[in-house]
Amino acid sequence: MPSDEVTHAEGRPEDIRAVPVRRPGRWVAAAVVLVIAVAIVRSVVTNPHFEWSVVGHYMFDERVLEGLRVTIELTVIAMAIGIVLGLLLAVMRLSPNPLVSGGSWLYIWFFRGTPVLVQLLFWYNIAALYPKIGLGIPFGPAFVHPNANTLITPFTAAILGLGLNEGAYMAEITRAGIISVPEGQADAARSLGMTRLQTMRRIVLPQAMRVIIPPTGNETISMLKTTSLVSVIAVADLLYAVQNIYSTNFKTIPLLIVASIWYIVCTSVLYVGQYYLERYYGRGSSTERQGPLVERVLRGVLSFRRGGEHSRPGAGEHR
Amino acid sequence: MVNAEGVHKRFGRLEVLKGITLQVMPGEVMCLLGPSGSGKSTFLRCINHLEKINSGRLSVDGELVGYRQMGAKLHELREAEVARKRSEIGMVFQNFNLFPHMTAEQNVTCAPMRVKKLPRDDAAARSRELLDRVGLAGKVDTYPSQLSGGQQQRVAIARALAMDPKLMLFDEPTSALDPELVGEVLGVMQQLARDGMTMVVVTHEMGFAREVADSVVFMDAGVVVESGRPADVLNNPREERTRAFLSKVL
Repeated sequence: MPSDEVTHAEGRPEDIRAVPVRRPGRWVAAAVVLVIAVAIVRSVVTNPHFEWSVVGHYMFDERVLEGLRVTIELTVIAMAIGIVLGLLLAVMRLSPNPLVSGGSWLYIWFFRGTPVLVQLLFWYNIAALYPKIGLGIPFGPAFVHPNANTLITPFTAAILGLGLNEGAYMAEITRAGIISVPEGQADAARSLGMTRLQTMRRIVLPQAMRVIIPPTGNETISMLKTTSLVSVIAVADLLYAVQNIYSTNFKTIPLLIVASIWYIVCTSVLYVGQYYLERYYGRGSSTERQGPLVERVLRGVLSFRRGGEHSRPGAGEHR
Repeated sequence: MVNAEGVHKRFGRLEVLKGITLQVMPGEVMCLLGPSGSGKSTFLRCINHLEKINSGRLSVDGELVGYRQMGAKLHELREAEVARKRSEIGMVFQNFNLFPHMTAEQNVTCAPMRVKKLPRDDAAARSRELLDRVGLAGKVDTYPSQLSGGQQQRVAIARALAMDPKLMLFDEPTSALDPELVGEVLGVMQQLARDGMTMVVVTHEMGFAREVADSVVFMDAGVVVESGRPADVLNNPREERTRAFLSKVL
């Protein structure tokens, strides 16, 4: 632009240098927070009942690591079932066929309406309800009918309970994502000769992902913690493993701390993964230019010193 | 190219089109004018079956839109057949409707690759050629959010042209643009008309209708009020409603 060049040639006008407003309240609040934080840290370090040496000893205990592996496995499988089922249920919910959408509604209503712990116990005791599970023609002869007790192990019961429950939640999240995409997008895709399926897969879903990813990240983090419920049905997850250990040596608190540390490590990893996934699906949108995670966190910390204004360099400069 | 006889369209109890009869010849540029709510856009969406008509007959290139006639009965076309017919008709929307998660080039190559199964390289080469033709050779890898409205609409035109349509539908292509950007889009459309494309254009740009259109149709309240050559309809309207409308927009 010619006008820009003129200003550059004459040198930029001087930036305003004003004395910033004093914010005593802010300093007082910071001092209070700091005092509380120091008090907590001091108590954690000096209280002998934490038994940090025991925590360190069991941190990488084989049984604990095996429990951690089961927890992660449960989270991954249950979330995978939940996401696939959620997508299917969401598309069903949006179907013009009232039986199909009604079926989806009923599923969501039932699985969201009952506690997941109750569902887990149900699956665990399914043999009492259906001693034999047959696979065959509906209302007709069955080809195979294995014993329910051998088919539904505690681990399978856990997967079913967590996955089917998650499907109901993911369905609502996915549906919200799909209906957040403007109708004009589908119009444009169909006017180009794409079928319904192509439109959904290539145009609508990739855009819906921007809306779907953040709550899905929350669901995954929440799932990781919810898996601890399966210790009730004797699945040897992380919590079950530490419970097993402290039931013999009575080091209850240190071992619960071990489990907590592992849970928080896993959820932290998920946070980072979610951030990059969001960035990928945010491509083409104006909020994508935020810089890497570390830079963003640093900027957040530094902004306190600068008076808390959130400046986003580069935002809105293109067009 | 387009043949409409007594086309009716209802949304619930609201009758939007009350018997539209008109013809578009191959190579013809027809402008649909009229106040908002007169049914122009709805009629345009009926032509590529984005809306189903309730009665009357509507055909493109001699084939019924959305149906097949067997004896005296009409059979609805299957989805794949509707899609194939739509792929021969390009459409440009008021709000561009570019795919925001794709670059300009991906927007243009998407349909040829997915629908026509064109190899990626061929589609990309064709896309560059088309983007060059609409004056956006340098914007190949740009996302829609980084383009101005006029640039977005030109990408949208290139995207529609990539399917080699035999008919182009324009639904108020310049209504969402800043005034200074209208010209660049109209310029591309004018060039397209000169190249012999058959076009049906819903527009409020009287200058474009006067200079580029072969015929104009004035619609109001779901009916065709009058039609004819632009000079006749715009300069010497016969109908009172046309006169009233033109006095407001000219």
